[in-house]
Amino acid sequence: MKNAVIGNNKQKANLIVLGAVPRLLYLLQQETSSTELRTECAVVLGSLAMGTENNVKSLLDCHIIPALLQGLLSPDLKFIEACLRCLRTIFISPVTPEDLLYTDGTVISHLMALLSRSPYTQEYICQIFSHCCKGPDHQTILFNHGAVQNIAHLLVSTSYKVRMQALKCFSVLAFENPQVSMTLVNVSVDGELLPQIFVKMLQRDKPIEMQLTSAKCLTSMCRAGAIRTDDPCIVLKTLPCLVRMCSKDRLLEERVEGAETLAYLIETDVELQRMASITDHLIVMLADYFKYPSSVSAITDIKRLDHDLKHAHELRQAAFKLYASLGANDEDIRKKIIETENMMDRIVNGLSESSIKVRLAAVRCLHSLSRSVQQLRTSFQDHAVWKPLMKVLQNAPNEILVVASSTLCNLLLEFSPSKEPILESGAIELLCSLTQSENLALRVNGIWALMNMAFQAEQKIKSDILRGLSTEQLFQLLSDSDVNVLMKTLGLLRNLLSTRPHIDHIMSTHGKQIMQAVTLILEGEHNIEVKEQTLCILANIADGTTAKELIMTNDDILQKIKYYMSHSNAKLQLAAMFCISNLIWNEEEGKKPSLLMHRQVTILIKKLLLNSNICSAQCIGIQSVMGNIILGVVWIVGVVRRHEEDAESSLGETQGHSDNKQELERHRGGFHL
Amino acid sequence: MAEAGAGSPHGGDAAPPGPPEEQELSRRLRRLYPAVNQDETPLPRSWSPKDKYNYIGLSQGNLRVHYKGHGKNHKDAASVRATHPIPAACGIYYFEVKIVSKGRDGYMGIGLSAQGVNMNRLPGWDKHSYGYHGDDGHSFCSSGTGQPYGPTFTTGDVIGCCVNLINNTCFYTKNGHSLGIAFTDLPSNLYPTVGLQTPGEIVDANFGQQPFVFDIEDYMREWRAKIQSTIKRFPIGDRLGEWQAMLQNMVSSYLVHHGYCSTATAFARVTDTTIQEEQTSIKNRQRIQKLVLAGRVGEAIEATQQLYPGLLEHNPNLLFMLKCRQFVEMVNGTDSEVRCFSARSPRSQDSYPGSPSLSPRHGSANSHLHSTGADSPTCSNGVMSTKSKQSHSKYPTLSSSSSSSSSSSPSSVNYSESNSTDSTKSQQHSSTSNQETSDSEMEMEAEHYPNGVLENSSTRIMNGTYKHEEILQTDESSMEDSCPQRQLCGGNHAATERMIQFGRELQILSEQLCREYGKNTMHKKMLQDAFSLLAYSDPWNCPVGQQLDPIQREPVCAALNSAILESQNLPKQPPLMLALGQASECLRLMARVGLGSCSFARVDDYLH
Repeated sequence: MKNAVIGNNKQKANLIVLGAVPRLLYLLQQETSSTELRTECAVVLGSLAMGTENNVKSLLDCHIIPALLQGLLSPDLKFIEACLRCLRTIFISPVTPEDLLYTDGTVISHLMALLSRSPYTQEYICQIFSHCCKGPDHQTILFNHGAVQNIAHLLVSTSYKVRMQALKCFSVLAFENPQVSMTLVNVSVDGELLPQIFVKMLQRDKPIEMQLTSAKCLTSMCRAGAIRTDDPCIVLKTLPCLVRMCSKDRLLEERVEGAETLAYLIETDVELQRMASITDHLIVMLADYFKYPSSVSAITDIKRLDHDLKHAHELRQAAFKLYASLGANDEDIRKKIIETENMMDRIVNGLSESSIKVRLAAVRCLHSLSRSVQQLRTSFQDHAVWKPLMKVLQNAPNEILVVASSTLCNLLLEFSPSKEPILESGAIELLCSLTQSENLALRVNGIWALMNMAFQAEQKIKSDILRGLSTEQLFQLLSDSDVNVLMKTLGLLRNLLSTRPHIDHIMSTHGKQIMQAVTLILEGEHNIEVKEQTLCILANIADGTTAKELIMTNDDILQKIKYYMSHSNAKLQLAAMFCISNLIWNEEEGKKPSLLMHRQVTILIKKLLLNSNICSAQCIGIQSVMGNIILGVVWIVGVVRRHEEDAESSLGETQGHSDNKQELERHRGGFHL
Repeated sequence: MAEAGAGSPHGGDAAPPGPPEEQELSRRLRRLYPAVNQDETPLPRSWSPKDKYNYIGLSQGNLRVHYKGHGKNHKDAASVRATHPIPAACGIYYFEVKIVSKGRDGYMGIGLSAQGVNMNRLPGWDKHSYGYHGDDGHSFCSSGTGQPYGPTFTTGDVIGCCVNLINNTCFYTKNGHSLGIAFTDLPSNLYPTVGLQTPGEIVDANFGQQPFVFDIEDYMREWRAKIQSTIKRFPIGDRLGEWQAMLQNMVSSYLVHHGYCSTATAFARVTDTTIQEEQTSIKNRQRIQKLVLAGRVGEAIEATQQLYPGLLEHNPNLLFMLKCRQFVEMVNGTDSEVRCFSARSPRSQDSYPGSPSLSPRHGSANSHLHSTGADSPTCSNGVMSTKSKQSHSKYPTLSSSSSSSSSSSPSSVNYSESNSTDSTKSQQHSSTSNQETSDSEMEMEAEHYPNGVLENSSTRIMNGTYKHEEILQTDESSMEDSCPQRQLCGGNHAATERMIQFGRELQILSEQLCREYGKNTMHKKMLQDAFSLLAYSDPWNCPVGQQLDPIQREPVCAALNSAILESQNLPKQPPLMLALGQASECLRLMARVGLGSCSFARVDDYLH
């Protein structure tokens, strides 16, 4: 049988149809049969498993795995090796569910024990582990069974296959797993720490597979914080190695893996992004990823065309991912990326590709590039990026929606020329529906985009937003458990409540509910930023002509403002000051605030002035006139505020306001990072 | 010099490169470029004070470059080239330049240029000139307009330039990061070059004086692996096992050649091949070789005369060489003619290991052998070379040895050191004076010796060298056991007399040969070196004492072996060594015609 089936898928299928599997399994499980016979059975089964996926399915249907696992308990090494070989073949097949390995807890510990038996058991077991370790649960199980300690010494085995499989094991164990990664850093084999061993495996004369896999291990360890991002082994070894993996000389699979790993490595570190961007012309090199299948391959070689087609999607999405990471933080890199040949067209095309992976990666890339003011104003406008983006937002899976809506946030910034057309294409409705999503990230993005949209918007847009959102939904969002959602909703309110006519208009229709919500938040357990934002809303309301009355007649609110004026936190004090200032300020010289109020405020301000070390010297001179004092304080405070905000955002230059009162009324939109 | 040290981290850099730094540089260059024959093609070690424009100033051992012109416009640009072009045998060449100061505008160019390219320009602007410029990060490939290439560079940056002589490309590095290919299709014999254009610009070069920021050795490893896998995968048209049969023949003939009789028979049995030579003949040769290697040259000559009558008569040069060696061995106290006088049993010193433990060595430890041996192309083709170079360089020159022998009083020294009687003293004195006269005679005749010892080098590479650790050890240990102080002819009076007697005969033989065949500088040199031994109180620790080293028996032994084989109409060199020599020579040729891959396909890499 063994000789008949080797290398012949037809024969294998025939044997299975004829019912050989149950018989073989029966013989295999018979304790009474000789070990030679049982070994031969395992070998034949292994050979059958090497065939098509259907073969493996048939074997699985016959419950081959428990039988083979049982076989591992045998004392005979040859038999164990045969069983492991067969198990390995079955587990590396895509049709085998990994969970089958974890059904019985003793299996893992027995496999760990078998690791010391022979180079073959080492190779097969490592291979099984690396294929069956999917996700943090599996990682934890293996880790708790001492996988790190048991496998570490195999990295210095004399057999290349063992070394390689052990390395692969570590790459899957450590992937996005801080616990494993942190452990690996301190493990040493023969007096050498694992990172050093990995670095040795990165040497350029080592097989590509080995270089790539050890680079993945080091990447995981770096992302987990186990190795610093400025460590030479990352900067001078791992990063250049991964860039090399992206070169044209590598196989398509290696290029995909290299680019994805590199994207992950540099995702959050601007220095690594800068380094990668200058290494070996990476940005230009990546452009080649879009050239598959090439026109040449289509003509010359059908096989090659097939191969290229298969990898084309993977290559494109990997390139988009890496571009996204490269351009995440540095404006110069973004510029370089966009200047790459046909880059914007490629992204636009990518947005409408059928493959979800490519679409997602393209949106990510677009999002990364949309953080650039300059690009928003130029290339994004030239290529009407908003159109395909809006299309992506219709009926896309959540993971795409999250990134796409983040991008939309940036495209809705007040200086973005795309803002108008996006509004016209029904973005309000879409965003309002996002705020109702179950998905937290989508809610944040929806409300964030609305907030950006409302910034300095016309009356009509503001009312559209209010209408689209509905007051109920607005209050729903204000009571959202997530701080981010709450903050952005408050931001939206603040942006809606700006310029006097708008304030008066909105307060006339929604005044009651808004005041209610404000009171609730000021009374609730919220952090400083939330309270500050709420006080700013009050300040805006106070700026209204008619809206002011809503505060003046609300003793509760007045008391609260007074309370926050003497709050220990300076930010809250300042925000409360805005309210007072706006309340007192009256262009029409009409109704004055109550005298009592006036007096209290004076005392408070005096106190404040004495305590304040920033502005006391300037203010003492103008202390005599109450209004002036307030003005002075407010002016100074305004200046201070402005400085703070400028530092917070890159948008400082777009808001050169001379009128400090205006400053108070706005909440500017922010980039979605 | 001292004031310039501020910019460099190590104090030592400020000083002119003294011996330690120079040694460090040589060590690193040897490690990086082992295939380069630095006598033939020296490596760049500093900037050339001659090959530069006037606006360039050099300091710190010609490693620091500063601009001293006006720097008004591009007409004030100035460059400097390194002292030597990059040898192709480097395979991969690398140097780094640190920007000490970007000066006024930072118009610095780093790159390569051929000899004769205008120095009043930045590298890259002219034909056969290539550069990477700091102000815009562009690369200039023999053109006035640059191409966008990499980032800009400025004060504090370290820029590296790597020339790949295998595919004739070049890439740069910035602070240890490769920036990607800048130039392709580079011509050969380019010089490292830097150019500056505005006042205040200062750069420091590192040609290997310090460790590089970029890991160039890792890059070299990649190319070594690439080339070696090319060799490994090279297709051989193998028809019906011809290839294997050839390899087996090569191994077999090698074993036979060196007289590894039983190994050869075993090998022949296993591989089913036949041995051309007869068993007894192999054994005879083996015996003779053993005698020579044990220092018992007299016996070896006897055995040869007995077993191969007429051989030495037809080879007077070989005979002379043997006799010279015999004389040396007499001084050493190992030759049987003097050993028989020794009180000790002669056998006690006969500890030269038998043939099974003799194994040829082709190691890098003797790398000079390879270089000298294959220096002359003829030897690799199996022809004995009579004009191989060098090899006498390790001996002191003729004049120095003769002057030292005449200036000191050899007789008194010998007298006091040896336990000889008055008569010996006078004898010795006379012999020494005799030698002196012959020395001076030779000195007059001697001009220079451009050509070294005849077969020394060439045969040694062909036949391999012998493992001598064991021999040395046994020899030494036996000496240490018996005579704590090594003495002339084993310290025996009669032996010394015999030696002097033998020396006279040798002198006569030399004169006779001279008459018959004309002057032979090689013979004279050999004789002189041998006789010079007597001029020193302790011949083992004298300038010519190296002759007493048992390793010197090997060339003699190999020459004798080759001669015997030749007389039997067998190849005097084993085909294996021939192939080896040919391969070495091929690589040398590659280096000469500019094929860089020769550096990563060295024969040495495959011998261990």
